[in-house]
Amino acid sequence: MPATTSALDVTGLWKVFGPSGRGGSDGIVGTPLAELPAAELRRRTGCVAAVRDISFEVRRNEVFVVMGLSGSGKSTLVRCLTRLVEPTAGTVLLDGEDLAAADAKRLRELRRNRFAMVFQNFGLLPHRRVIDNVAYGLEVRGVGKAQRHERAREVLDLVGLTGYEDYYPDQLSGGMQQRVGLGRALAVDPDVLFFDEPFSALDPLIRRDMQNEVIRLHREVGKTLVFITHDLHEALRLGDRILIMREGETVQLGRPDEVVGAPADDYVRDFVADVPRSQVLTLSWVMRPPAPDDPMDGPELPPDMVVRDAARVVLSAGAPVRVVRAGELLGLVDSEAILRVTVAEDGAPAPRTQTAAVGG
Amino acid sequence: MTTATVAAGSVPWWRRVTRPWIVAGILVAWVVLGTLLRGRDTMALATQDTTPLHNSLTDVRNWVDSHRATAPLFSGVLDTIRTGVGSLTSALQDLISQPSFDRPVPLIGWLGVVVLATFGAYALGNLRVAILTAAGFVAVGLLGLWQESMDTLALTVAAVLLSLVIGIPLGVYVALSPTAERLVTPVLDTMQAMPTLVYLAPLTLFFLIGPPAAVIATLIYAMPPVVRLTALGIRQVNAAALEASRSLGATRWQLLRTVQLPMAKRTIVVGINQTTMAAFSMVMIAALIAGPGLGQTVLQGLSALDVGRAFTAGLAIVILAIVLDRVTTAASERAETTYRAGVNEQTRRTRRLILAGGGALTAIALYLSYSYYWASTFPGPKRGGVIGFTVDDAVNSATDWARHTLHPVTDAITKVVTYGLINPLQALIAESPWYLVCAVVLALTWTLAGERSLIVASVCLALLLASGLWESSMVTLTSVLVATIIVVVVGVAVGVVLAHSPRVDTVIRPELDAAQVLPAFVYLVPFVGLFGPTRLTAIIAAVVFALPVVIKIVVDGIRAVPPATVEAGIASGSSRWQIITKVQLPQSRNALALGANQGLIYVLSVVVIGGLVGAGALGYLVVAGFSQSELFGKGLAAGAAIVVLGILLDRVTQAAARRAQDREHRLTKQRQRSKWGFQ
Repeated sequence: MPATTSALDVTGLWKVFGPSGRGGSDGIVGTPLAELPAAELRRRTGCVAAVRDISFEVRRNEVFVVMGLSGSGKSTLVRCLTRLVEPTAGTVLLDGEDLAAADAKRLRELRRNRFAMVFQNFGLLPHRRVIDNVAYGLEVRGVGKAQRHERAREVLDLVGLTGYEDYYPDQLSGGMQQRVGLGRALAVDPDVLFFDEPFSALDPLIRRDMQNEVIRLHREVGKTLVFITHDLHEALRLGDRILIMREGETVQLGRPDEVVGAPADDYVRDFVADVPRSQVLTLSWVMRPPAPDDPMDGPELPPDMVVRDAARVVLSAGAPVRVVRAGELLGLVDSEAILRVTVAEDGAPAPRTQTAAVGG
Repeated sequence: MTTATVAAGSVPWWRRVTRPWIVAGILVAWVVLGTLLRGRDTMALATQDTTPLHNSLTDVRNWVDSHRATAPLFSGVLDTIRTGVGSLTSALQDLISQPSFDRPVPLIGWLGVVVLATFGAYALGNLRVAILTAAGFVAVGLLGLWQESMDTLALTVAAVLLSLVIGIPLGVYVALSPTAERLVTPVLDTMQAMPTLVYLAPLTLFFLIGPPAAVIATLIYAMPPVVRLTALGIRQVNAAALEASRSLGATRWQLLRTVQLPMAKRTIVVGINQTTMAAFSMVMIAALIAGPGLGQTVLQGLSALDVGRAFTAGLAIVILAIVLDRVTTAASERAETTYRAGVNEQTRRTRRLILAGGGALTAIALYLSYSYYWASTFPGPKRGGVIGFTVDDAVNSATDWARHTLHPVTDAITKVVTYGLINPLQALIAESPWYLVCAVVLALTWTLAGERSLIVASVCLALLLASGLWESSMVTLTSVLVATIIVVVVGVAVGVVLAHSPRVDTVIRPELDAAQVLPAFVYLVPFVGLFGPTRLTAIIAAVVFALPVVIKIVVDGIRAVPPATVEAGIASGSSRWQIITKVQLPQSRNALALGANQGLIYVLSVVVIGGLVGAGALGYLVVAGFSQSELFGKGLAAGAAIVVLGILLDRVTQAAARRAQDREHRLTKQRQRSKWGFQ
């Protein structure tokens, strides 16, 4: 298996639901039928294309977020990635290995060792205690009781549930149950972790706590995470890169600041309309090229620093802040730029490759 | 002719308008012609006479008997099954009811059984149920029926064990495989719907008379509930938990073992409960093919018209049935909460202590009952027990007293029903020429149920004619119709009352539920005492047996009428009677149709059993087929006739109900359309 930098490589993924066979779901991909809008397609063939020609690459140890509203196909997508649902067409390469080619035995092995999933409705076994739920993946693998209980205890410590080993799921709150679900996924030490809207069923405060947990865990344990959500704020908080889906298709794929700063179309623009720009955009979006008479003695800041974090420095500095990366001067940021973003919520006009039209 | 408003394939206007007239016309013609042609061409057959068909069926039996030792089908497969089942039953009987191992007593005597059962009830359920078990078993012993009860228990336990061993895996298979479901479900339907008397004769053909055949007959009736409920439980397992476990790489077997079966446990135990109750209801039928135990005693009592004896044995059956029902219900409740007991250390420890103590006590009791006579044979006189004869005599005197005191009442009822309903109907149905009755049935079917049902009706009528048992079938049909009419009228009346008064409902509902636990024959016993061995007894017993079901369906149907509609009726000033007749009953038409259909099925099963106590006709012939060797073929044909009759009635009434429903929908749609001006 050639060593690749991408943990997951998806090319041309399709999932069509409907009557099977040539006249149905199998006869759509690659034909003119594939171009039809959803309503027309359903009328003609009785089929629904939940995932249409999705391609992306997930790098090792990155947090990749797939975002979309209900019906966008994101849950179907993540299930195709683990073959809980069989894709109609396209390839999924897990660490270079073709998932579609895996037979039942190999697929089981992969599920037991290489990836794990956290579910929206937790999916815990109500008749087993917490420790047995967490150890379930290991039990399925055939690990001995003492060993898997020990590992389960470690993981429970990791997710902050020490002392709850002997409780039953229905005695725990929603947030704690999801921690158990998280622990269960971590216990098998997978390469890739899939999250299917794991916090949608929790209330907002718990949701924030759990998001912090995920960030902390990612820093500590450092796995590749594929995260599905419909919550934009969650996506922007957690994601290294975001894939926005609508009606099964890719709308935009990029970093959080790219999505907010340069939305691909009106749909995305609408979507990100009420996101506080200052919390997402970085200095590279608001800087301007240096003019000949600019003072060059202001403090230095990196281009990927979020505007809000840089605001205090820029506003209290006497001179425009220099945006520097590896010794090279990329641009200047002054108070006016900061204020425009933080107060006026004016998104940057263009990324750094274009000259910013800045008033005197 | 308003053809414009008639959609394609709907009822022609002339039939829609004149349907009630047509039905009335048919009935009038029937009465007139029936009276004129009475007694002719009724295809009557004397009890001892047989047709060529019957003879050839008896010949089949003779052939089977003579080839039993040699033909591989018999000596191989069927005999193996028979000996296997027989060994299981004898082993259980040796354990608790029959003398065994060169001893004059069974292995475990009464003390051992009582303590063991109580301990088992506690372990499976709770303390209350354990006390009930002890009380029930001791009561049965006091009635002087210990050995018979243990025989019945052995038989039933054998049947239930086999049902579970076959049924639960089958249920799992049905849940997981759509093909299996499609194949198995119709078989289960047949097993449950067929009147049990019917498959006794074929069973004796294969398995001879005796405990094995009795167990297998019980098995056929009792297995479907556990199969269905297992399948249901597995299908209802939380999909999220299942998906999560699958995503962790569990194999299908691991999923079954760690996720599906544990989570379906509660429903499966309900299935065990239903199967046990079904097995108990077969006790008397099993007695017909020499199944040992209380059923035999009831049978003897009924044949000798010794109401006391039949009552005592029936009481013992009911007590055992209630005990087993409560224990298995408590077990299913425990299955729900059992995994919670883990956290509360205190309760867990207490229970462990009690179980340990109880286990020790049980061991002691078992030893005692093995070694000592007083602990092995139930104390009291050998015949009649401590209170058996007392109860016996009390019931007999009570029955005599009732018969004398209520004589005017029972006499009046007998006269009214017999002369008012049974005799006229029987004259019309059984004493009219067969071609007249066939014509009437087909005409009514066509008018009420549609063309498609004509095929079913014609085939069924043809089969009845060919069986050579036309007249007997018509006599049975009369009883069934009379009983159904009564049960529907009374059921609707009571149902309306219950639906309108919640207080009465809370009082009566538990009785209705309890009544459904009782096996059918239990109802025969008191009425034999009051009315003697007549057709009326069977009819009244059938009415009482079917009433709870009909009442429940009617009450649910009336309650399902939207309150808003009823309120609208009240607001417009309707009286209570008007609300009932104009609003609720019309809108609960479906429920009424279902109630009539179910009532009919229940009635059929009792009327058939009633053949044993004088209702004669098909029921009697089936049983005669066992006791009189040359009538075997006729008995077999009678069984088939019962099935055909059941199918005829069931299909035709269902089709009629469906058509009435469709008509109602069409009329509603037409009214709506004209209201909104569409066309």
